[in-house]
Amino acid sequence: MNATIKLTAFLVEIANFILFMSLTFKETFSRDFEFNEFLKQCYQLGYKSLPLISITGVIMGLVLTIQSRPILDDFGAVSLLPSMVAISLIREIGPVITALICAGKIGSGLGAELGSMKVSEQIDAMEVSSTNPMRFLVVPRVLAATLMLPILVLYADAWGILGSWAGVNIKGDVSFVLFVSHAFHTFGPIDFFPAFIKTIFFGGVIGIVGCYKGYNAGRGTESVGAAANSAVVVASLLVIIVDVIAVQITDMLI
Amino acid sequence: MEQERVIDIQHLQKGFFNQEVLVDVSLQLFKGENLVVLGKSGSGKSVLIKCIVRLLMPDKGIITVLGEDVNAMNRQDFAELRKKIGFLFQSGALYDSMNVKQNLEFPLQRIKKGMTQKAMDEKIAEVLENVGLSDALLKMPSHLSGGMKKRISLARTLVVDPMIMLYDEPTTGLDPVTSDEISLLINEVQKKYKTSSIIITHDIECARATADRLIMLHSGRVYKEGGIEAFECSDDLLINSFFKNGLI
Repeated sequence: MNATIKLTAFLVEIANFILFMSLTFKETFSRDFEFNEFLKQCYQLGYKSLPLISITGVIMGLVLTIQSRPILDDFGAVSLLPSMVAISLIREIGPVITALICAGKIGSGLGAELGSMKVSEQIDAMEVSSTNPMRFLVVPRVLAATLMLPILVLYADAWGILGSWAGVNIKGDVSFVLFVSHAFHTFGPIDFFPAFIKTIFFGGVIGIVGCYKGYNAGRGTESVGAAANSAVVVASLLVIIVDVIAVQITDMLI
Repeated sequence: MEQERVIDIQHLQKGFFNQEVLVDVSLQLFKGENLVVLGKSGSGKSVLIKCIVRLLMPDKGIITVLGEDVNAMNRQDFAELRKKIGFLFQSGALYDSMNVKQNLEFPLQRIKKGMTQKAMDEKIAEVLENVGLSDALLKMPSHLSGGMKKRISLARTLVVDPMIMLYDEPTTGLDPVTSDEISLLINEVQKKYKTSSIIITHDIECARATADRLIMLHSGRVYKEGGIEAFECSDDLLINSFFKNGLI
């Protein structure tokens, strides 16, 4: 009996999420697009994430280089280190780690912000003043997350390459120009575009889950924390699932 | 001559999770009057006015606002009707991320489209003066006291010249002096903006100060309706217990 109730609640939640997504999609193409709010959200979600993404990017490149070096050394293939790190970073590690970091920062932020607006009746106040909250709150945030995440991933990749160069120079002396030319020697469009396209979906998933959880938070203050927490967990899980699907599709197409 | 009905509610029912909050409520708001709705916590007072603006959908019953059946209207038509209704939330519900000026501009930009910035600034200055907070223009909501938040929230609803005002517990959480000021402000709004208002309150002093007519809700129904004298002179134990304590 308990399992049936849980299953029903789960299916209702999925149905509500799909409905929320379709409403967001519909409102995206409606008139009166809130362009100023969109720009503000791009600043909030994108620009304000740069310091965190910079640090994460450098550490990704640095750690990957330090960890990979001994194995490549065993095979006498240290010269392949820059291109291996670059391809790993740009194809997989950069997009996924950056998306997971953003699921934490952006997803929780959206969940908490909209959740607290719900609790303090600000969303109701918008509705009462003839403003569609989906159009004003949800659409700009989802679009900003969708647009900003690919940019943040490219930015993280760049810092990752820099971190990798620093990692190589711990036990060597390689100029940055030489490192970059080695890194991108075997690099082709197939390494870049599938990874770039999936980051658009990562951004969309993080934006929509954060907004959905916040918008549908309960009425108590406790529900704000629950919405933020749930946004991070679900967005992270969906990022991984989208990644698996994207890798399978890329694999089939190549 | 019969008075003009601004809001007409017939046999309203609303429940949550098998619990009936409003069982059968019928009431009318007449043009230019302040109607105070009293009742215990959980008696469905806030639910009643949220049904009027469709923040909640009733299970049964008919709500007519300015001659229009609100439940039969599509979203777009109802959005037009909503522009004539002001709603003062219990918490104030000011937008945290905006300062006072932006909070007041927000409904103006959306409801009075095409208004020039100069006209908006003048209107904002006028309503802020009316609520006695002209100097709060650039303050953030977090820097305002509870009473100031209520006043700014009232200014935000007045800025679009509503015909109907719905007040959800306007004096809750305020000290007696500030409560009296808010009650006076409600009367001033009625005179100056020629509004018809429903005031949901627990506060008997607020009810005394503002009511042209009162309705008491109990067990999801209208328990008593009449003027303030009829309530104060009542022999009914339930009504007496409320009015003797001064607070429901």
